[in-house]
Amino acid sequence: MAVTTTIKARRRRRPPGDRAATLAFWAFVSPALIGLTVFTLVPIVWGFLLSLSHAQNTIHVGHFIGLRNYADLLTDEEFLRSLLTILIFALFIVPLTFAVSLGLALLVNRAGRGTAFFRTVFFIPSAVSYVVASLIWRVSLFNGTPFGFANHVLGSLGLIHQPIVWIGTPSPPWYWLVLVTARLWLQVGFYMIIFIAGLQEIPRSLYEAAAVDGASPGWTMLRYITLPQLRATSISVLLLNLIAAFQAFDEFYNILGGTGSSVGNAALARPPLVYLYSVALSQQDFGRGSAGGFILTALIFAVTLIQGRLFGFGESEK
Amino acid sequence: MRETRNTLSATLRYGLLILVALLFLIPFYLIGRNALMTDAQITSRTWAWLPDLPHWENFAALFQPSKDDPAASPQMLIGLLNSAFIAVVTLVLQMLFSSMAGYALARIPARGRNVVFFLILSTLMIPGAVTFVPTFAVVAWLGGVNTRWGIIAPGVFSAFSIFLFRQFYLRFPAEIEEAGRLDGLSYFGVYRHLLLPNSTSILMALGVLTFIASWNAFLWPLVIGQDPSAWTVQVVLSTFLTAQTQNLAQLFAAAAVGVAPLVIVFLLMQRYIVEGAKFSGGKE
Repeated sequence: MAVTTTIKARRRRRPPGDRAATLAFWAFVSPALIGLTVFTLVPIVWGFLLSLSHAQNTIHVGHFIGLRNYADLLTDEEFLRSLLTILIFALFIVPLTFAVSLGLALLVNRAGRGTAFFRTVFFIPSAVSYVVASLIWRVSLFNGTPFGFANHVLGSLGLIHQPIVWIGTPSPPWYWLVLVTARLWLQVGFYMIIFIAGLQEIPRSLYEAAAVDGASPGWTMLRYITLPQLRATSISVLLLNLIAAFQAFDEFYNILGGTGSSVGNAALARPPLVYLYSVALSQQDFGRGSAGGFILTALIFAVTLIQGRLFGFGESEK
Repeated sequence: MRETRNTLSATLRYGLLILVALLFLIPFYLIGRNALMTDAQITSRTWAWLPDLPHWENFAALFQPSKDDPAASPQMLIGLLNSAFIAVVTLVLQMLFSSMAGYALARIPARGRNVVFFLILSTLMIPGAVTFVPTFAVVAWLGGVNTRWGIIAPGVFSAFSIFLFRQFYLRFPAEIEEAGRLDGLSYFGVYRHLLLPNSTSILMALGVLTFIASWNAFLWPLVIGQDPSAWTVQVVLSTFLTAQTQNLAQLFAAAAVGVAPLVIVFLLMQRYIVEGAKFSGGKE
């Protein structure tokens, strides 16, 4: 209906060629527009209404209870702990990924003939799923028995005398090492590629001019040329990484335990998505599950804004 | 003096690179080692760096019918077939719909274009995994639980990929398009005969990334594919991992089978994947 009105309005004012344009525009854009509407926009709206409803064992909206789901969640110790868990996780993984991917990019970029080889080695974990990485990390690499790889290597180097229980004790919290290294291994190559692309955009003349001015290569050039020139790249790496970290699910679910239950290893560190998974899928409370999604979105917005303040997004490049 | 210092720093840099590279390869080594050992060798107190004999039968065992239900297909086979089908369909449809929409948004003048573009961009603001509960509600309501289309559909429509195609087509030379229009090509003709053939770089770059993301996806297939017949490889592997009784050697053989197709795709298509990563990071 809206389409026909548009066409009529256009025909009156403009040459007939525009009619073809309008038709073509809607024909080309409809599949994506309809799909995004049904599978993204409608869920957001439906989810918002669900979050205001008492929707236990039902996916239907109707029994409105105001903000009670939100109030329940924000006073639920387990949910608050899951928010704290993901903040701690982000605090580890975001700076670490940033530093390692930048460091590798700088090294690989100057590796001469070895560049292609090393780039492949660091990038190839991107092909591996979180499930497979979790499997290797949990059952082999950080297995708590003497036949775990880390325990074997540390033992033969004489660094430990008892095998370390990597997953399963709240203190010392070795499980953080397991969770953080898994994600680091999986994603660092992807961000390294983005940094390498950024490095290759820096005009060589800048370095040459600095050398003429007597700047020594190394730290000075890194500090005053490379890093400032990588500002835009750094911002996109930080943002992509941060938003992904807050949605962590796979490695927590698969390394710490299956069902997201509040007992056993899963209780060591339960991120919001694992918590919401159990609220919505196990307890069948879709109202609270949806409300939790919106709280998490708000948290992601807030952290992104804070990060923006710290790093000055939107400031013009100098 | 300066020479020596340069050689020294180069040696240090290479040494560091080789060390980190070895660390990065350990997980691949562990998959291969464990997949070709017997359980007894894996759990042995004395560490063996390599299996005495490669135990290929671990792989064969994955594809043998289970003892409980000999008539049923092996779970790993079901998972592989589901994942392959889902990843290919997601790849084809996402590239088709995104390039069409990207073309329309970049090159076809029409009223409402800005509104549509804004609407599509607005969906980028909400992180996908965060809305999985309401998306489940909608797809369940449409009858998509335990179906392949239910697993596929939400992954097909990507605002981000539409945005990247739009940026790509904005830079397409207007003269070529105008020449085509003068020769009598319709908008569809321009898309089909001028834009698509010149889009291989972005189609390959985003296509490979889409395939990898779809094959490796876990949360959504876990939520929507509850019946074993709908499990993808990742869900099958996760179930093996969390099962009470574990045959470690077979677990790693399964992981190797789940990861091998992607490592091969990755090595063959690396050039395009690097481009895709740059696109996603705003570097292209």
